[in-house]
Amino acid sequence: MDDLDQLEAQSIFVLREAYRKLRPLALLWSLGKDSNVMVWLARKAFMGRVPFPVMHVDTGKKFPEMYNFRTEYAKKWNLDLLLGDCPPIEEIDPSLPPAARSAARKTAGLANLIDRHKLRGVIAGIRRDEQATRAKERVFSPRGAGHRWDVRNQPPEFWDQYATPYEDGMHIRVHPLLAWREIDIWRYIERENIPLVDLYFARNGKRYRSLGDQDITSPIDSDAATVAEVITELETSRTSERAGRAMDHEAEDAFERLRVAGYL
Amino acid sequence: MNTAATPATLRAAATPIVIVGHVDHGKSTLIGRLLYDTDSLQDGKLAQIVESSRKRGLTIEWSFLLDSLQIERDQGVTVDSTRIPFRLGEREFVIVDAPGHRQFLRNMITGAADAEAAVLVVDAQEGAQEQTRRHAMLLRLIGIRHVIVLLNKSDLLDFDEAKIAQAETDVRTLLARLEITVEAVIPASARDGDNIASRSDRAPWYRGPTLTEALADVPPPASRLALPFRMPVQDVYRFDDVRYVAGRIERGTIHVGDQIAIGAQGQVATVAEVCRWHAPVRPEAGAGESIALRLEPDLVPDRGDLLFPAHDPAAAPERSARIRTRLFWLRSEPLHVGESFTLRLATAEHDVTVTSIDAVVDLDDLTLNPGDSVPPDGFAEITLSASHAVLFDPFSPGFGDGRGVLVDRYQRIVGGAPLIGPAALPEGGHAIHPTASRLDAQARAAARGHDSAVFWLTGLPGSGKSTVARQAETDLAEQGIQATVLDGDTLRAGLCSDLGFSPADRRENIRRAAHVARILAESGQVVIVALVSPLQADRDLARQIVGERFHEVFVDATLETCEARDPKGLYAAARAGKIPAFTGVSAPYESPEAPELRLPTNGTTAESVETLVRFVTGEVGHA
Repeated sequence: MDDLDQLEAQSIFVLREAYRKLRPLALLWSLGKDSNVMVWLARKAFMGRVPFPVMHVDTGKKFPEMYNFRTEYAKKWNLDLLLGDCPPIEEIDPSLPPAARSAARKTAGLANLIDRHKLRGVIAGIRRDEQATRAKERVFSPRGAGHRWDVRNQPPEFWDQYATPYEDGMHIRVHPLLAWREIDIWRYIERENIPLVDLYFARNGKRYRSLGDQDITSPIDSDAATVAEVITELETSRTSERAGRAMDHEAEDAFERLRVAGYL
Repeated sequence: MNTAATPATLRAAATPIVIVGHVDHGKSTLIGRLLYDTDSLQDGKLAQIVESSRKRGLTIEWSFLLDSLQIERDQGVTVDSTRIPFRLGEREFVIVDAPGHRQFLRNMITGAADAEAAVLVVDAQEGAQEQTRRHAMLLRLIGIRHVIVLLNKSDLLDFDEAKIAQAETDVRTLLARLEITVEAVIPASARDGDNIASRSDRAPWYRGPTLTEALADVPPPASRLALPFRMPVQDVYRFDDVRYVAGRIERGTIHVGDQIAIGAQGQVATVAEVCRWHAPVRPEAGAGESIALRLEPDLVPDRGDLLFPAHDPAAAPERSARIRTRLFWLRSEPLHVGESFTLRLATAEHDVTVTSIDAVVDLDDLTLNPGDSVPPDGFAEITLSASHAVLFDPFSPGFGDGRGVLVDRYQRIVGGAPLIGPAALPEGGHAIHPTASRLDAQARAAARGHDSAVFWLTGLPGSGKSTVARQAETDLAEQGIQATVLDGDTLRAGLCSDLGFSPADRRENIRRAAHVARILAESGQVVIVALVSPLQADRDLARQIVGERFHEVFVDATLETCEARDPKGLYAAARAGKIPAFTGVSAPYESPEAPELRLPTNGTTAESVETLVRFVTGEVGHA
């Protein structure tokens, strides 16, 4: 087995644990590269089908290409798609910096979906290498009342034994991609030929490295127009993946505060 | 179903390396330095750290690379473990930074449990400290074979060869006691970069490797392919009328046509197909792969059933209902014999009881000693008993076998339990397999409308214990609370009729009463025990047996009052010398040091009963 085989096998193991232990369960599909890999891994784990709903928390501010992608692949992959909208920005804490406030809108939308469907498990495609607070995550990450992440009191997790909910009203965030790095994602996309929104590929010297809402994501300078070229670019890149995400830079602890409150 | 995938360049998986050691010996600094020296930092990261450091009045604090949480930066501690990828030449590593603080042991285990090698950071001046010993013990228990010692802050000793040799000897002696082989002991300064990625010119006498050289020498993980086949069943799916037995192969290989045995029942089936989706069709699979099998006949295994080669006793797992186990204990209360847990072993779950605590590790000198409880964050060897035979392969460093965890009734992981092997029965012993109730305490309490508890009434003979207990029993029943009284005379008439009044017999009387009280309390009852129980040590024993539900109640009447009442004529008989060793007259009575409730009998019996009933209803939460 090479490194991608090993990452794949471990993610499948995690997805199967979640499906067995956490019901009702749903998978968050942001339409980005990581979550497409995650849907793909779910299909691997369950012999070509995704046996739980796939949720898209829709801010209404995604790129048109992303909405088209959603329609096409929900059908092609036979996904049970659940859509959740987000409250208007006016309802969100005005003391937050602008981009964080926009992200908090998404958190509220997610919380509504979890409550409405009484979910015990939510599969999310975060990776440790994206952001320092994500590096502190568990594969099965319990969320208590109000969906809060108690970062100072996380359960032990070792030898592939994971936490399960022990109180009413709590749920588990499941992170099958935690050990993957950005370049692993791209190498796997190449190996498996996984479809992506084409905003990831350069046009006129620009491409998106990470896809969020239109108003808080910016493209990077790049000529990488194919998966292979993106891989080559990443192998030499020294900038962080989320450099184009505004909220990470507003304050030292902005991202931590968002995540404690339930943001991904 | 399958398509040919583009072959990816074969790359080895990243090697996880855990960095452990006592708090403030410089773990996070070391990692920051290592990333910097090997040019592994992304653009902007260094500027970010310089900025965060400046804000806190520091020049440059490398640990901020990892200590990303506010509390970590403000207080200068690592709260939870972090993993970061890191490359040396062509080889990928994952560095695990584990917190050194004692209360964060579970976070350290979370980070360290899968590491291939460890770097034990020891302050060269301070030497091994409590956490050094604790972490070293843990390295042994989780089976990390490859240990590199970094004598950090050697600059504070001016890289003095003699002083460093002494520090090295101390650490080697400590680790030798744990049968841990040390691969290298490196005098270094993480802050200044000596002997991290480049050779220090301050220690020209040092001939060993730098840290990066030592890391490059860590062997790749051992292959598990040649071992007998094992696959714990993770789940069984039925899609489009096909049944898939899903799981991850822990060791060995499987081929279509192989005969496998399923779980403790040992039913035999043939592998009809190795199923994958969107992958090349191959009739076999090996260790590490998450696959699905189609079996013939189409049997339905349970989750947790171990699949192993059929008809080959040499390739079969161990089978025993009593298992010797190492333990690292993560609960904040001690562990006692008789406690029941779920043993999770790969995907299997077994109800087990701790039938003996065989040895407890003394963390001061790392010796194994007899003990009757395991302290919080402690290490021990224990024996677990299940009600049925458990299939397992003993734990062995570097492999995934026999790595059990103990889970309490609230689904919390409270201990790591690497299994050593089957436990022999003691000479002439009987195989006892205590089982835990499957009923949840909360569910019981909800059904009854109240919690259970034990109220242990102690006091001189004639102080009114039985009278108060019996009246309270009646009053509680009227409030819908199910209470049972265990009083001394009743017990001695039956269960304890073989016992006399020697100190040993009195102790045995109390031991039995406490166990009965515990069983009744576990079944949901409120138990009121009325026993003279004159010695504090004996009442402490009862408290230990019963656990947190125990409440000591002191029925406080003076000797004169009791003797004046003398309802059974016992004091008169004792004074006449007819009863030897009578409590209060010719044997001692030790008043409780800190009873949870005191019932003074200068009031009326009715007042005492009312006080007790109010206390009981307050404790068991009757609405």
